[in-house]
Amino acid sequence: MEAASLNNVEVQAPDLDIDRTDRRVELLLGALASTILLLIAGMILFVLIKALPSFTHNGLAWFGAGGSVDDQLMDIFNSPADPADYVYHLRAWPLLYATVLITGVAVVISVVFSVLSAIFIVEFAPDRLRRIIEPVVKLLAAVPSVIYGLIGILVVVPFVAHHLISEDRKESVAYVIQLDGTSILVGIFILTVMICPIMIAIIVDALRSVPDKWVEGAAALGVNRWRAMRTVSLRAIRPAIVAALVLATARALGEAIMLSMVAGSVGFAPNPMDGFTFFLEPARPLASTIVDNAEGLSVVPFGQTMYAFAAILLISSAFLSFAGWAARKSFSRYTLGAR
Amino acid sequence: MELKEEQTQNGSAPGAEVPPLRQIVVESETVPIRVGDYAGPPDPEYGREPWQLNAGLDSDPIWVEERMRTEALSIAYGGKVAVSAVDLEVNSGEVLALIGPSGCGKTTLLRSLNRLVELTPAARRTGRIILDNQDVDTFDVTRLRSRVGMLFQQPNPFPMSIFDNVAYGLRERGSKKPRRKQLEPIVVDALERAGLWDEVSSNLNHPALALSGGQQQRLCIARSLAVSPEVLLLDEPCSALDPISTGIIEETIVELRNEVAIVIVTHNLQQAARIADRVAFMYLGDMVEYGPAGQVFGAPREARTQEYVGGGFG
Amino acid sequence: MSIDVRTAAPGPRPNPERPAPGAPVKLPGTGGQQQTGWSIGDRIGLAAAWFCGISLCVAAVAIVGFMAWKGVQYLHLEMLTSSPEASLDQSTSGGFLDPLVGTLILTLIGVGIAIPVGVGIAVWLTEYGRPAGLARLVESGVEIVAGTPSIVLAIFGLLVFQQSFMGVFSFTAEGGAVFGRSFLTAGSMMALIALPLVIGATREALHSIPRHVREASYALGKDKASTIRRVLLPSARSGIATGATLGMGRICGDTAIVVVLLGASMQTTPEEGFGGLLRGTGSTLTSYVYNNSPSGEGNAPEKAYAAAFVLLMIVLLLNFAVGLIGKRNKPQWN
Ligand SMILES: Nc1ncnc2c1ncn2[C@@H]1O[C@H](COP(=O)(O)OP(=O)(O)OP(=O)(O)O)[C@@H](O)[C@H]1O
Ligand SMILES: [Mg+2]
Repeated sequence: MEAASLNNVEVQAPDLDIDRTDRRVELLLGALASTILLLIAGMILFVLIKALPSFTHNGLAWFGAGGSVDDQLMDIFNSPADPADYVYHLRAWPLLYATVLITGVAVVISVVFSVLSAIFIVEFAPDRLRRIIEPVVKLLAAVPSVIYGLIGILVVVPFVAHHLISEDRKESVAYVIQLDGTSILVGIFILTVMICPIMIAIIVDALRSVPDKWVEGAAALGVNRWRAMRTVSLRAIRPAIVAALVLATARALGEAIMLSMVAGSVGFAPNPMDGFTFFLEPARPLASTIVDNAEGLSVVPFGQTMYAFAAILLISSAFLSFAGWAARKSFSRYTLGAR
Repeated sequence: MELKEEQTQNGSAPGAEVPPLRQIVVESETVPIRVGDYAGPPDPEYGREPWQLNAGLDSDPIWVEERMRTEALSIAYGGKVAVSAVDLEVNSGEVLALIGPSGCGKTTLLRSLNRLVELTPAARRTGRIILDNQDVDTFDVTRLRSRVGMLFQQPNPFPMSIFDNVAYGLRERGSKKPRRKQLEPIVVDALERAGLWDEVSSNLNHPALALSGGQQQRLCIARSLAVSPEVLLLDEPCSALDPISTGIIEETIVELRNEVAIVIVTHNLQQAARIADRVAFMYLGDMVEYGPAGQVFGAPREARTQEYVGGGFG
Repeated sequence: MSIDVRTAAPGPRPNPERPAPGAPVKLPGTGGQQQTGWSIGDRIGLAAAWFCGISLCVAAVAIVGFMAWKGVQYLHLEMLTSSPEASLDQSTSGGFLDPLVGTLILTLIGVGIAIPVGVGIAVWLTEYGRPAGLARLVESGVEIVAGTPSIVLAIFGLLVFQQSFMGVFSFTAEGGAVFGRSFLTAGSMMALIALPLVIGATREALHSIPRHVREASYALGKDKASTIRRVLLPSARSGIATGATLGMGRICGDTAIVVVLLGASMQTTPEEGFGGLLRGTGSTLTSYVYNNSPSGEGNAPEKAYAAAFVLLMIVLLLNFAVGLIGKRNKPQWN
């Protein structure tokens, strides 16, 4: 009966004029969004297509080691003008290795340091210190990487060159590489200094948003402040920590200028067997390689090689955001959006 | 421990209606004494009958012993005094209800009993809090809080599974983590005592935040019980709940009284009358009246108490 | 000692198997009793947190203090008003007026594109979002852009703007080869950097508008489009401003896009014809710092420090603005 009477209700005819403008706005905005989507898809596609020749010529060996990567890049740059004679031979291992090594070590150190620092700021720091350090961290998170690079090259690199690199050490590896202070050590150090504020800022905000009632609930059970922080607050903000991790890793992965300034800019694969000297050896990650060679992009095979590097970066960062998304999803199982 | 029974005709007052009291002498160093203060002779000053404790009227005899005591306890937030010079006794085997108008300092008093008020930076405390004849300031705050459990106005289960919530206090208080197998009997026992076991026994691994409000509050009771507290502080535990959940929680509280000293803050005078053995009425930070529930509700000594409870009990 | 109870002697405790209240919980198998307080691990953790926190403070003070000291030491007012000169001597290599203006132009172009596009997309995502599949794709697309290194965006931009039909945006050489590098091309790639920030902040602002505000507008007979224009967008204004300011910070600080897409000259070099300045090349503070560092050609550390200090001041100002906007925004719906 109810249903029947409902069916009989006269639905007032909608005002067609209003409906039409509304529809137009929706279409317009939808078209805008689609255009940007197409642009993004186009970017991915373009970069991948441009990158293809370098990959097809080398096959899986592209990712392997063999010979000096800088010499190979030089040969590619000096390819004959005839497309048939283009040189593509490349073994990119040292660059990949440098990327993974520098990013990985810096990110691992940063996560631990940032989480601990954020806990300190939120839970243990004296009030006056907290009021000063928080805006400073926010500022440091926004400092352009080139400034960190400048401090690195003008302060840290000379320090390393004078105090950590003795003549003996220089000689011990002189037959493969020259040590001048620019090194993965400085690269990792400056990168850590650069991404820590970014992570700390995010984690501090997240810790702040943990409801007091959870912390008090833990305290009321006789759990000490540190444990309460670790087992309730940190657990609750795992999605935010993952987000911070993803953001910082993306920054580290894509950091070009700063690392090209302080990490040596040599296509060299530091040898872990060299002991501590390993850390003093230079390297050059993918992003720095691209920015260092931006002038040569117009040389076709060289440009294609650079796009191959870009493709690797693009795929890694896309994969990274996907992994972050999956991790966040699995971590919020018990939170149920309760924050 | 040895119990000696002495049949005493308590006091010399001419109270023929006074029920015969049996004084139990406990000879023990560790069991604190507690004299049922108003179950005694009629008070000549007021000329009224002694009010009986609710406890034991229709249930088994229970232990009544002092667990906690405050001496001239005052708490101020900045310059604002929220609790002033309160003397309060908390007995095991009883439910003590703290009543009073909003803002009179009930929550503050309650939170100071387990020193949780110290988490508020502005709060300052003077006076002593005694737990089993020991000043609580002399021992570790985590130890105090594990002996004096607390339940909040809003249920606050952690964002974990039901099991992990109940096991939390046991897991996170020592250096070695007990295995789940060892914790299981304790968790099940706690859930049973909180009256939640039947509802959650099949899904202990589900998120606790997916439970209903009443279930969450009972889960929080179970979480507190799992660490075996001596005193349980409840701050308006039913204010966010429906009548049915409230009823279940009240039942749970009445049953728990046998094992744990309970202090409950409530705005609901009916609720206080239903479950409390002893009542403390606070007003603007002062402890106005403290006595057996029947007396405070039935024959308040103070005009302010009369005014406050008058509405509820005609 | 005595206990007064009205009735008979107390019975045994209700459940003899359960530990007496207050007795430490005995965990079967562990043999020990449950401790409270601070375990060794807790103490180590606490010490580590203090150590990291103090190191952070020291590092922060060192970085900020060092830059301020260098800035005060090397920055002279005339540097802000004179153009860079090609000179190996730091005393005659001029100032960084051009890079300063370059940073300004690039930032304006970047947010000038990012704000309308970003707000449009954010509105579409939150208010329409149909079809749902497309909306999800757009969301992931934006997320991918947010994670893409700017150097990748830079060389993608070069790829796009070197196409011959893109000639209007930059300089075209004799043979018809399009240079692809200009303020316009760099600025549009900068817009891509700022876009996710603008979209994110705008969406957040739109989400935080309570439903009753929308419903009140519909109840007044307004349609969705005018509700968006008259009610939602004004309410989301400070969210948009926050996003734009964050985006400006990112644009000011980016070096890779400038190095690849703005040419190598330190001086602003306008092209001929309409909008020559925007179609020409130049530099920004970041590329100026880079070029004057030992890694670049100039090797003029004093100039680099001075420019870096100015850059830092700009970032500080933007940060301050974000804080101010955020603070003003807060009590709106309370
Ligand atoms: N964190 C705080 N900072 C400052 N003042 C506070 C704080 N908490 C409580 N107060 C003040 O202390 C007084 C007592 O507060 P309390 O919360 O104990 O009252 P209450 O009796 O629990 O009230 P209610 O019944 O409404 O819960 C109030 O006047 C309140 O304004
Ligand atoms: Mg209260």
